[in-house]
Amino acid sequence: MTRNVGIVIVSHSPLVAEGAADMVRQMVGDEVPLAWCGGDPSGGLGTSVQAIMDAIERAWSDKGVAILVDLGGAETNSEMAAEMLGSPRSEKVVVCNAPIVEGAIMAATEASGGASLAEVRATAQELSPG
Amino acid sequence: MSLSPEQLGALIDNVTADIIAHADELTALDSAIGDADHGINMKRGAEAVRAEREALTVKPVSDALKAIGTRLVMTVGGASGPLYGTLALSLAKEWPGNAFPEALGKATDAVAARGKSNIGQKTMLDVLYPLVAALKSGTPVAEIPAVADRAAEATIPVKATRGRASFLGDRSIGHMDPGARSVALIATAIVRTLGDKS
Repeated sequence: MTRNVGIVIVSHSPLVAEGAADMVRQMVGDEVPLAWCGGDPSGGLGTSVQAIMDAIERAWSDKGVAILVDLGGAETNSEMAAEMLGSPRSEKVVVCNAPIVEGAIMAATEASGGASLAEVRATAQELSPG
Repeated sequence: MSLSPEQLGALIDNVTADIIAHADELTALDSAIGDADHGINMKRGAEAVRAEREALTVKPVSDALKAIGTRLVMTVGGASGPLYGTLALSLAKEWPGNAFPEALGKATDAVAARGKSNIGQKTMLDVLYPLVAALKSGTPVAEIPAVADRAAEATIPVKATRGRASFLGDRSIGHMDPGARSVALIATAIVRTLGDKS
């Protein structure tokens, strides 16, 4: 069991997801469980529910997992992946309404201080207008 | 409601064949106002369902729908995967206890919740809800494809306010929504297969 909330980065592009994860890692080191995924089930631009579920597993923390996404399908697929984990774990996964790179860094920084899942999400979402 | 293995097999054959045959058209529609992947994604989902045809046809309808929904969620890739997957999964749950129009209505509500969308935003819902209304009001099944086509065409002048097309704002006007088109294709293929038995 890890003591900090985990972060998952989901982009349509594996390059974007990996790059954002690199930036997060530079900020918080190994303090936060972190995973990323990108690309559709055939390897093109897009997202894959299976890949997102696998990433959630890799970043799993009993304190919960916050997901940062880029565009529409990434959000819908992430919500689906969280649901498919089944209760009670699905209740410990949130998709943040925040820009993917900045949101991931802010969320991870908050998580590295031991914040709750709700606090991590709120910090990431402070970056969103409205 | 029950379907024979032959009917279920024919449904899978015809719906997936029509999706695959129109994949380029769907992608072209999506390239105008989205990210040019709807046909590619739907084709991948259709092929994945087709690959399980034999296992699906021996299941009761609701189990087959559940398996199809899960397959679509896992293979399609775009937002249409969870949306069509939710439609099938929700139908699997609702159909056994409800008449088909009511079950489709509840499944459509589930799609709306999944996509945080509603009718009039230039999405697949703009065909699904008119289909539900037509079925509930007793429209003859033979007229359902025309209802679906008209509803899909009615998305052309609409400005998108949900989905990737909404980024384009006014520039989304003048193009048919690809999700609306794919729902119409599927509805037409189902009616063609089952006729008045549906």
